[in-house]
Order: sequence, then structure tokens, then C-alpha cells
Amino acid sequence: MSTESIALPLSGVSHRPLVEQLHQWVTTVDHKRLGILYILYALLFLVFGGVEATIMRIQLIRPHNNFVSPQVFNRMFTMHGTTMIFFVAMPILFGFANYLIPLMIGARDMAYPRLNAFSFWMTAFGGLLLYFSFVGGDGLYGAGNAPDVGWFAYAPLTSQTFSRGHSTDFWILSLLVSGFGSIGTAINIIATILCMRCRGMTLAKMPLLVWLNLVMAGLVVLAVSPLTAAQLMLLVDRYLGGHFFDTQAGGSAVIWMHFFWVFGHPEVYVLVIPAFAFASEIIPVFSRKAIFGYPVMVAATICIGFIGMSVWAHHMFTVGMSSSANTFFVLSTMAIAVPTGIKIFNWLATIWGGQIQFKTPMLFCVAFLFQFLVAGLTGIMLSAAPFDWQLGNSYFVIAHFHYVIVGGILFTLFGAFYYWFPKMSGRMYNETFGKLHFWLFFIGFHLTFDFMHIPGILGMPRRIYTYEPGRGWDIWNLIVTVGVFFQAAGVLVFIGNLLRSYWRGEIAGSDPWDAWTLEWSTTSPPPTYNFAAIPVVKSRRPLWDLKHPEDPDWQYE
Amino acid sequence: MSAPAITIPEGDIRWNLPARGPVGMYGLIAAEAAIFTIFVVAYIFYIGKSVTGPQPRDVLHVPIFLTVCLLSSSLTIHFALKFLRNGKVRSFAFWWLLTIALGAVFLAGTVREWRHLIYDEGLTIQTNLFGTTYYSLVGLHAFHVTVGLLALATVLLFTFFGDVGQQHTERVEVLSMYWHFVDVVWVVVFTVVYIVGR
Repeated sequence: MSTESIALPLSGVSHRPLVEQLHQWVTTVDHKRLGILYILYALLFLVFGGVEATIMRIQLIRPHNNFVSPQVFNRMFTMHGTTMIFFVAMPILFGFANYLIPLMIGARDMAYPRLNAFSFWMTAFGGLLLYFSFVGGDGLYGAGNAPDVGWFAYAPLTSQTFSRGHSTDFWILSLLVSGFGSIGTAINIIATILCMRCRGMTLAKMPLLVWLNLVMAGLVVLAVSPLTAAQLMLLVDRYLGGHFFDTQAGGSAVIWMHFFWVFGHPEVYVLVIPAFAFASEIIPVFSRKAIFGYPVMVAATICIGFIGMSVWAHHMFTVGMSSSANTFFVLSTMAIAVPTGIKIFNWLATIWGGQIQFKTPMLFCVAFLFQFLVAGLTGIMLSAAPFDWQLGNSYFVIAHFHYVIVGGILFTLFGAFYYWFPKMSGRMYNETFGKLHFWLFFIGFHLTFDFMHIPGILGMPRRIYTYEPGRGWDIWNLIVTVGVFFQAAGVLVFIGNLLRSYWRGEIAGSDPWDAWTLEWSTTSPPPTYNFAAIPVVKSRRPLWDLKHPEDPDWQYE
Repeated sequence: MSAPAITIPEGDIRWNLPARGPVGMYGLIAAEAAIFTIFVVAYIFYIGKSVTGPQPRDVLHVPIFLTVCLLSSSLTIHFALKFLRNGKVRSFAFWWLLTIALGAVFLAGTVREWRHLIYDEGLTIQTNLFGTTYYSLVGLHAFHVTVGLLALATVLLFTFFGDVGQQHTERVEVLSMYWHFVDVVWVVVFTVVYIVGR
């Protein structure tokens, strides 16, 4: 195993002039640097998207508030949704996948390093295009104007008639461009996992994170492409005078909904499967046990991937579909709870009887387990079409999917940050500040999203910029907004902790968690070539085998 | 465990992983297939829904000759690769050139068809739903043919400079996978547009 690194003649790397260092970052094709670029880029957009959310919540803190105009409110929810999904969640998960997969499978880089760089810069350019709309949206004729059609941009709002100026065009083009980047990265991940594994690492011996990212990449290829096609059609409508979504010429607004959600629902699994992947790496290490039911975990993930492709129209129950279509999508949506439930039981069984260490990554993962369960349960409630007719497009739905995305995905992401920060930076984070971040964010999350269910049940629709007093919504909206400030404080502690630890943290060493996967066998941060000698593995926990030659895993697998 | 530990000498692990090129191309083909699926679904969904004329049966003629050209180019590229694999670069160049010629004939035929539709029949992308979906789907395919032809022409250029040899077979094969995919898509587009939709 490659525990020592080769001394390169470039010992004075850090003393190079700043311009030269920046030039290296811009021209890099190294998967680790691109991974970090993805992550930093996504963190920047996380701040943008968070500010937009905060603006919305301040506007809704009390009835008849005048913090922003209705027009600005529309732009805020559109930009918040688009930013968080396409320019925070996807890039941050791609960043971790980029950084970790080659290290975990014992490879020196991704399969296509230059495609990797190309994909990152496409994504980055897409984000710039979206935010350029703030100044360029109205062209030369007026003030700045960001897209205001909602993140799923239903027709006919997006037609030239109802969407003047260029704001919708910026929205289309930014998603088109970043979509090409996503597809490129997904193909790269698939090829890396299938073609670059080190000797001995059969598919059944890959770490679960690698398996889950393989499924995620497959979903990206099959789900983001339909969005690309739909955006092309929208461009044809807007620029060439086509009629795809033009109801006056016989076109259909509903088919846009289908095309969007054929992308939109698998996208949820694109985001949540990597979150499962983080949990599947962190929970075993901090329970000091091997993952429970590895083959079942893999099977359940593949199952989620397949079923996830056939549930999209549960977003459309309120649109009015035939009863047979409703029945199909009710049943498929309920069915997907089964493999997801299997996963939750497997994580619980992994924790069960383990020597649990409640370090910050583990705290986030335990919270994830409970919160994701609740998110799944409200999901099953909404999957029943009659229930959805009552609560579709209400704040109950907003609370449900933020429970998935914040309570599920963002919590494991924070866990992943703390878990792999020592590997990426070479330094330990501060545990006290980590725990402070956890508790602030945990309290803020529950204040905001637990109580958001209630105005939804009481009939508060989504996307309204204000409301009348005396409907019983006031106090709940106040609590929801107060929670936002706790979350913002938590994120500030998080960013402060990362910055402080990057310069002042203790030196981490190559394996601070006594973990078992290959990335911990090389130095922290890893050298450019990752491994001095390409490792050979015999089991799912190669480092365990190395540390315990008297009782290696491969005797039992 | 009572059984003694069995150590596997490292050299004994048989280790064959698939090559990167074909895997990546299969990924691209999957993504492209998903894009085409959406356009085909839109075409089928809108068959007969145009509120004004012209309708497909009034203006479309089945392009049998062009279809034969494009489909046989899959055969010629297959022969070309066979020669390259055996190191016969001159024969490879001939069959490769023939592939490009067949693709170019197809593209020229599309140009003629569109010219006829636009100037003689008055069907543009703005005319009705048929025009929108027809030009989008057939145009998307023609765009892929164009990209394929540019790539094929690049290889031909390198061949003329003597830079393509037997050792490049695997790379050229990856490109031929793309070309086969473009042909298969045409089978679907042809069936949907000229048979089902007419």
C-alpha cells in the first residue's frame, strides 16, 4: 500500500507567485483540484441562494409586509430554486464525487481529465449566465431583471407574450450550458468507475459511495438529457416562432410539465443518492462496524434508480390526469418508499451495537436519519392523489421537499464536509465549532421546516408574496422566519470554522478517523498522483486488512 | 475461522477492465438517445394536432433513396474498420471516403427536401405544429449527421497525411459507434415521420 509519497523536485510550490498559482488552478485537469473548485463554486452560490431565501422569509414574516415588491419576490423564488438545485446541490455533489471516486477506487485521476475540466467550466459559465440576468435580463432597455417564471417554468409563462426581455432566455441558456457540463461529468464518473478501478477491486468490493455515485451518474445521463431537449424546444418557441408549448396553435402546456418533471423527479434522486453515499461511509466509521447489508444497499439503490424514473407525474396530480395515470403514479411513488426504507433499516442496523462516536459528521448523519424518515413519510402522504389534491402547491409541499433537500441532503453534505475536510486540507476542523454549527443549524432547520407544514395544512399556497392577517398563518410564518436566522448563523459558524481550520487547524495526518477506504491510505492532502504505487485490494475495507493482518475482511466476504 | 488464511499472490488476480473509449461513447449515446426520445415523443404527441395546413400527407414524400444511402454507410464504415484492423490503410481510406460520400448525399437530400417544403409548399417552422416538430426532429438528426461528417472528415484528413494506422483502430472504432447510432436514430425518425406520421 502506498503510505509514503514520492518527493517531487517542486518543493517550493507554495512560494510561487500568486498569479502562477491561480493560473495552475484555472488550467488544472487534476480531479482533486476540480473537485475543490466545484465545491467552492457551489458554496459561493449557496450564499447567493441563501440570501434569496432570507429575502423571501423577511417579506413573509408578517402579513402585508412591504420588504420587497411582488415582482422582486417572483424573481427571488425563481432564482432561489434554480440556484440551489443547479448551481449548489449538483456541483457540490459532483465536487465530492470528483474528489473521492478516484481516491476510493485506487486510481490516479478520472477517466477523462480534460472532459472533467471542460464540464466544470461549463457549469461555472452556466451559473454566471444565470446571475448575469440581474443586469442583462432586460437588454439595453431597462433596469436589471432576473427570471421570474418559477424554477419549473411552466408554459405559457415562458412564451414571448408573457415573458418580455431576456430573463427567461438567460434561464434557458444557463440550464442548457450547465446541463452539458452535468452530462459530461456523469459520463466521466461512469467511465472512471467502470474502467479505472485498481487491481482486485471488483464491482462487489467497491465502497458504497462509489456504487451510489455510479447509479447517480446513470440517472444524470438519463434525466438531465430530457431537460436539455425541453430547453431546446423552448428556445425554438421563443426564437424561431415554434409552437411546442403554444396552446393557441394546438400546442400543449401540459407536455412541458411532463418533459420538465421527467427530469425533475429523477433529479431528486440524483441529489439524494450521493447523500445516501455519504451516510453509508460516515455511519460505519463512527459506529466502528462494517456497513450492514452491503449487497442489499446496492440493490436498493439500483431499485431506487429504476423506480425513480417512473414517478415524475406525481408532481402533476393537481393538473388533472386520467384516473389510470393517477393510479400508476400513486403506486409507483409509494413503491419507492420500500427500497428507501430498506436503506434506513440498514443504517440503523449498522449503528446498532456499535461503539458510536458522536463526532460532528456522525451528528449530522444521525439527524439525517430521523429527518429523512419524516421527509419520506410526508412524501408518502403526498403520493396519495386525493391528499395531494388538497395540499398540492401549498406550503405543506414546500415543507416536504425542503425536509428532503435540507434535512436529508444538506445535513449529510455538512457531515461529508467535516468528515473529508482533514483529507482535503490536511488539517482538522475545530470540533467545538462543528458541534455549535450542528446545533444552531439543527434548531434553525426544525423551527423553519417543522412549522412550515402547518400554514400549508391551513391552506397557505406557495409563491404568494404576502397574505391577509387573521387566517391563522401569522404566528407560523413568524416562527419559520426566525428559524432562518438560526440556520444562517450556523452556516456562518461553518464557514468560519473551515477558514480558521484551513490556516490554524491541527495537522490531521493521513488517517484521522481510523477509517477503512483507500483515500485514507495516502497523505492529507493527497499528492497529485494520489498513490505512489497503485494499491491492490482484496476486500471492501482494504485499510482494515492492512491494519489487522491477523483478521482480514476478505476471509469473510 | 478454522480454515487457514489463504493469501492470494498479487499476480494471480486476473484483471481486465473495459476500455475507456467505448464506455464513454455508450454514455454519450445514452444521453443522446434520451434527447431524441423527448423529441420523438413530442412529434408523436402532436401528430394530427395542427390547427392549420399543410398536413404531413400533403407535402411529405418518403425519402427511400436517402434512407438507403444513410443505412448503407453503416455497412461501408464497418468494412473500412475491417481493413484498418488488418493494416490496409489504403482500402480503409477508400471505404471511409465512401461513407462520407453517402452521408453527404443524405445531407444534400435533406437540404433539397427542406427547400422544396419551404419554397414550394410554404411550410416553415412557424407555420403549424407539424412544421415545428418536423423541422426540430429532422433538424436535430441532420445536425448529428453533420457533426458525424465533420468528425469522419477529420479522420480522413489525418489519413491523407499518413497519420492513421492500425494502432488507431480502437479510437476510430469509437467514432464509428457514434455513426452507427446516428443511423439507428434515422430508422426511428424515418418510421415516426414518414410512416406513422403520414
